[in-house]
Amino acid sequence: MSILDYTALELGRKIKDGEITAVEATKAALQQIKAVEDQVHGFVSYDEESALKRAEEVQKGIEEGIYAGPLAGVPMAVKDNICTKGYTTTCSSKILENFVPTYSAQAVENLIKEGVIFLGKTNMDEFAMGSTTETSAFGETKNPWDLEKVPGGSSGGSAAAVASNECFMALGSDTGGSIRQPASYCGVTGMKPTYGTVSRYGLIAYGSSLDQIGPIAKNVSDCAALLEVIASHDPKDSTSIERDDYDFTSALVDDVKGMKIGIPKDYFGEGLDPEVKDAVLAAAKVLEEKGAVVEEFDLGLVDYAIPAYYVIAAAEASSNLSRFDGVKYGYRAKDYEGLHNMYKKTRSEGFGAEVKRRIMLGSFVLSSGYYDAYYLKALRTKALIKKEFDKAFETYDMILGPVAPTTAPKLGDSLSDPIKMYLGDIYTISVNLAGLPGISLPCGRDKDGMPIGLQLIGDCFQEKKIIQAAYTFEQTRDYEAPEIAKGGAEA
Amino acid sequence: MANHIDDETIEYVGILAKLELSGEEKEQAKKDMESMLDYVDKLNELDTSGVEPMSHVFPVRNVFREDVVTNGDGSKDTLANAPEAQDNSFVVPRTII
Amino acid sequence: MKKQYEAVIGLEVHVELATKTKIFCGCSTEFGGAPNTHTCPVCTGMPGSLPVLNKQVVEYAVAVGLAADCEITQNCKFDRKNYFYPDNPQNYQISQLYLPICRNGKVEIDVDGNKKDIRIHEIHMEEDAGKLIHDPWTGDSLVDFNRSGVPLIEIVSEPDMRSADEVIAYLEKLRLIIQYLGASDCKLQEGSMRADVNLSVREEGAEEFGTRTEMKNLNSFKAIKRAIEGEMERQIDLIEAGEEVVQETRRWDDTKGESFAMRSKEDAQDYRYFPDPDLVPVVISDEWIEKIKAAQPEFRDEKKARYKEEYDLPDYDIDIITGSKHLADLFEATIALGSEPKEVSNWLMGETMRLVNESEMELDDVAFAPEHLAKLIEMIKNSEINRKVGKEVFEKIFKENIDPAAYVEEHGLKSMNDEGALRAAIEEIVKNNPKSVEDYKSGKKKAIGFLVGQTMKATQGKADPGIVNKILNEILAQI
Repeated sequence: MSILDYTALELGRKIKDGEITAVEATKAALQQIKAVEDQVHGFVSYDEESALKRAEEVQKGIEEGIYAGPLAGVPMAVKDNICTKGYTTTCSSKILENFVPTYSAQAVENLIKEGVIFLGKTNMDEFAMGSTTETSAFGETKNPWDLEKVPGGSSGGSAAAVASNECFMALGSDTGGSIRQPASYCGVTGMKPTYGTVSRYGLIAYGSSLDQIGPIAKNVSDCAALLEVIASHDPKDSTSIERDDYDFTSALVDDVKGMKIGIPKDYFGEGLDPEVKDAVLAAAKVLEEKGAVVEEFDLGLVDYAIPAYYVIAAAEASSNLSRFDGVKYGYRAKDYEGLHNMYKKTRSEGFGAEVKRRIMLGSFVLSSGYYDAYYLKALRTKALIKKEFDKAFETYDMILGPVAPTTAPKLGDSLSDPIKMYLGDIYTISVNLAGLPGISLPCGRDKDGMPIGLQLIGDCFQEKKIIQAAYTFEQTRDYEAPEIAKGGAEA
Repeated sequence: MANHIDDETIEYVGILAKLELSGEEKEQAKKDMESMLDYVDKLNELDTSGVEPMSHVFPVRNVFREDVVTNGDGSKDTLANAPEAQDNSFVVPRTII
Repeated sequence: MKKQYEAVIGLEVHVELATKTKIFCGCSTEFGGAPNTHTCPVCTGMPGSLPVLNKQVVEYAVAVGLAADCEITQNCKFDRKNYFYPDNPQNYQISQLYLPICRNGKVEIDVDGNKKDIRIHEIHMEEDAGKLIHDPWTGDSLVDFNRSGVPLIEIVSEPDMRSADEVIAYLEKLRLIIQYLGASDCKLQEGSMRADVNLSVREEGAEEFGTRTEMKNLNSFKAIKRAIEGEMERQIDLIEAGEEVVQETRRWDDTKGESFAMRSKEDAQDYRYFPDPDLVPVVISDEWIEKIKAAQPEFRDEKKARYKEEYDLPDYDIDIITGSKHLADLFEATIALGSEPKEVSNWLMGETMRLVNESEMELDDVAFAPEHLAKLIEMIKNSEINRKVGKEVFEKIFKENIDPAAYVEEHGLKSMNDEGALRAAIEEIVKNNPKSVEDYKSGKKKAIGFLVGQTMKATQGKADPGIVNKILNEILAQI
């Protein structure tokens, strides 16, 4: 067995017990990165030297008892839209190619205190806009299970890096499914916490009212442990919420007896791949056999989530991304005439097609004469969608469904038709609109061997319920890794 | 109820968004925006009269800072990524016409 | 017959609040400092940074709203105003459009005894922009974000003003209210109070409004007056010539005495306001409003009544002193140190006003310490110096804020109060001026003035005139 096959918590335990050092673990991860990065391309950048230097410091700190947490010494990756002080943070965009933040995201600060090792920054759809990681300005990431296929997105780099054992865990961000869907495509576990649970300070905003940072790891336990570290009430983020407790790992209990699980009929209709459907329903069966009460119900308004989401996210994005103008940081066009031409050239050359598409749409829906018809209409729809979920959670402890209608598509298949790509987010997007927590974990594979994800959606602040149910389901199956993940150093 | 986006609108949105599109990009953008808006028009099927627009999901309110200076000289960090700087300031093309 | 026109004027007044820190971050609002020294990721629009509202900004805004008779919006929100400009680091300004913190207020103005209410449409909170400096050598502009994020309130009036005098009276009134609250120093020249003038003209008696223009860059009362008169004339000329007034923003150039349209093809004036998702609503409870109300200071009218009642000062003096919060503070601080109110008022009304006018400065810029005036008054009262010397010393206090006791000591200005020495000096003067003595004795009582003058001269002005008179009378009586 290789070091790389350990889960983050297993590795953390072994480091604490002195069986493995943080330096050995970091070297193993770096070796794997070097071995497979050419094929997977999960990273925008990684820094061997600084990772090893930090590993040495952390190892010393662990020995001195400074770092006593369960993830101390564990090498990890961070999505490249999360600011890391002194280390480039690009959002996979040409416009931020050379941007080196002078501050770190609060989630990263929390991880520094925990004593994790940072390997590098993972690839993503440019500014998190996309579902395939193909809109990255620095080349696409490939699915470790099939290099001809997409890893999903926008946190495709993080999911692929975890799946291919390039790191033991990673941070992603989820605005409309950007953690859960790539986790599903890559056969790993990803979680989007309740809005406000993880500080957004230092997360480069796409849709501010929807964005959340969350964990991607090999299993539910690692996700719970990682969430426990990154979640905190942050006075620097006005939308950060002070929660009653943060001990998500206490929910790692193999028991779903009496839990009421609702299956929205609307999630299993047209467009859902039969293999995905079968795998997800089989998972529901497993939970039922373990004592949960599983019922079908009508969620309602499912078809309205995507249009509402694209109006809200595009509107917020058009404003959030206006700061990229060639004045304070990032790319500035070389030849221009005057101020406004400088703005236009910088932004036109610096942003990719999908980002421009959404900025244009967002600017339009907010413009004079359209605000009410589009933006307010979308916010009203959001209110109705939230109400539907509130109603569902009066009856059910959680909602179970697929993560995405299909398994990972082939590279290049999605971008030709944006709306078709947007439709792939149908099961994940409403969770962001309603601010809910959701977890994606593997529940099978299709005939081509591609992973299928199961999604559990909880009520606000009910992460523990979905963690417990996900953990219980996970106990019934083994972790499966793609071929490419095998290799690296022997333990 | 197909939406029609004309040249003028695309030009106008370009001014708002500070994006300069080539002729070809403009045609594509028109098509993209039309199809997106057609899709978004699905929302009109919903009766939302009397529904309060929801900006924030949670009723969080009154998040404040106290009026206490916590930051010192930030100029070095502020200018660290400047594409062009001079005299501790960012340089931009002449703003006064 | 030539048509008569009237102006219809509404004002947008921006006031920088006197908080220690910026509206959304912990950077200092202090003036000056090298460019970009008072900056952080938040007020420079760094990616991933987030705003957190300064509570004091809300309290100041509510206090101003209450003082201007406004309704307080108990559930208010911030919106983003989107436009590209380099002094605006995020390329959106955080402001309030849909739910401003105060609405529907009014203040009363008084122009030559004619009282009138000017209605206030709304007051909203927002962030100030950075500063752009044009570099004449390179032709580029330089951006400094030290002012970026300094809290502002914008007070929007209804179009209730009809003349430049009413506008000035309204601005003076706002300035006093805000200064009394301590919410801002409201200095036009320094930009802590700025006014944009919305103006249209119409035939006198007409009900309809004409097309209005917005005038910016007005940084003194004089400039405002000139700009209003100039813009009225320009609009009337257009109308008389059968042309249309174009609704636009114009920039006033006070040196040229002309305004210029600020239009550009790239300014769409479509700000795409929407609620800022990074900030949560501000809910202002009845209790909070009551607390702010209870902490309101004594305003000018109350102060005037009290000065009359407690100090029995002339109305004119009261008017001048309370017409500047700074002067009133100085007055009260000096009294608090034990000085007699009338005496303090005399120094402020007399010497202070004279020196202010002489040096063409603002009353708000009077900068001497009340301790020094109090000490001066005390020294005169105790005959340590005489009044004439006192005036000299006061000028030094006014100009250089010197300590009068030390100054008098250092320059040997103390009164000659040693009666023995003074008597000897006077006896000598009496002996040397037999003519005056004779005049006095023969009934020309005025002749004593000459003898006093001689004595003052002999003592280099340091003798106390009262004592000199007393001794002289005694000596003359014995002759």
